Amino acid sequence: MNLYDSLTAELTDTVWLDTALETVARQPAAVGRLFPAAGRRCGRWALAGLPGWTVDDAARVLLLTRLPVEALATELEPLYRYGDAAEKRAVLRALPLLPASEAFEPILLDALRTNDTRLVAAALGPAAASLPDAAWRQGVLKAVFMGLPLAAVADLDERADAELATMLGGLVEERHAAGRAVAEDATALLHRLQERVS
Amino acid sequence: MRIFDPHIHMTSRTTDDYERMAAAGVRALVEPAFWLGQPRTSVGSFTDYFDSLVGWEPFRASQFGIRHHCTIALNPKEANDPRCREVLQVLPRYLEKDGVVAVGEIGYDSMTPEEDEVFAAQLALAVEHDLPAMVHTPHRDKARGTDRTIAVVRESGIDPGRVVVDHLNEVTVARVAESGCWMGFSIYPDTKMTPSRMVAILQEHGLDRVLVNSAADWGRSDPLLTLRTGEAMLAAGFTDDDVDRVLWRNPVEFYGQSKRLDVSDLLDVDATFEGNSILRGGS
Ligand SMILES: [Zn+2]
Repeated sequence: MNLYDSLTAELTDTVWLDTALETVARQPAAVGRLFPAAGRRCGRWALAGLPGWTVDDAARVLLLTRLPVEALATELEPLYRYGDAAEKRAVLRALPLLPASEAFEPILLDALRTNDTRLVAAALGPAAASLPDAAWRQGVLKAVFMGLPLAAVADLDERADAELATMLGGLVEERHAAGRAVAEDATALLHRLQERVS
Repeated sequence: MRIFDPHIHMTSRTTDDYERMAAAGVRALVEPAFWLGQPRTSVGSFTDYFDSLVGWEPFRASQFGIRHHCTIALNPKEANDPRCREVLQVLPRYLEKDGVVAVGEIGYDSMTPEEDEVFAAQLALAVEHDLPAMVHTPHRDKARGTDRTIAVVRESGIDPGRVVVDHLNEVTVARVAESGCWMGFSIYPDTKMTPSRMVAILQEHGLDRVLVNSAADWGRSDPLLTLRTGEAMLAAGFTDDDVDRVLWRNPVEFYGQSKRLDVSDLLDVDATFEGNSILRGGS
């Protein structure tokens, strides 16, 4: 099922959504007002057909995918810059579905600097493909510090390297020395990485 | 006792306060944009502040099960600084956010011509964005400031039922009651208004269109004075239902007019409020 079908399967009324999607394709500047309104107009509940996504996430991501490419270049950055936390998360979720752009990296780096678990998790999802390796490793380590489940990290095993193993090993050692626990998914990852070497 | 603090500046409060508030029964609050003590000199420091009111603070509140909403505006004190005037240009973006339930705090500080202009412009923004307005009354020359506030509200054409005039006292309450605006009372540890004086005002004026808040900020203030006022009401013979009306249903009704208030999963099954505007999502 595609994103539109997954979303509309759970909406009783799609008039606002359909109108908004048509509008942004014709008048891209309207996205400034439609993007923030998506939560109150469509809803905010968790989508049964799309685990981890909410109705407003899906509606906002669809809006971004309907923007003409030239408009994306001018609208995307301010939508993220002036977005509330839910809007910022939707921008992060949309990135892998949009034509690649230099604008992605600074957005992802901003999200990783926040202390909001929803934004950090979204930046480490499929969008993280646009992150340089050093920032990605720091992001994974930050996720462990914040207690985020590592299942939220896209391509974790494919991308994890010896450098990440060293950093993770250091964290585990520090925690053990302090008599503190480490999340099971983090120690499991470390073991997988260490096995690769041996 | 379930408490909705309709005016509190959490940016200036610690995480311990959130914890104490949650334990005292505070389950929802509105944080109006205001002055931070240190004057700002550029639009950028306002946008970063607004970002925190729609981003970081709601996240921090949610860690304690508290629903955070805010009001956005250029406050009257800083409206006098030409370097801050450009803030008016960025307000429309923020006034579209889900968590923004009014334009505020607007109104008067020193009653200058600049304040006149910015006050009127922001009442117009409230009408344009279909939002209520949250109006601060000056601490100096309060009675005349309140009269002038009511006159400006009347001229703007906004429905007075969508305006709360805040920081009232025994002297200013009657004229606001007459105007049809909502009446806001900020309960402070010493000066402006105390729980016992608040109870006397409720006995005289009734519970209609009354909002009671702590207005806690970076000054001497106490986020639990809403709870203390509820306790003082009970001690004076008001019922549990009266307290619930003042400390929960009234703010839900006032800010619910924005159609953006989301306290859906905080509502008890037997809650009596019937506006569908507070239910999440939908049309
Ligand atoms: Zn205030």
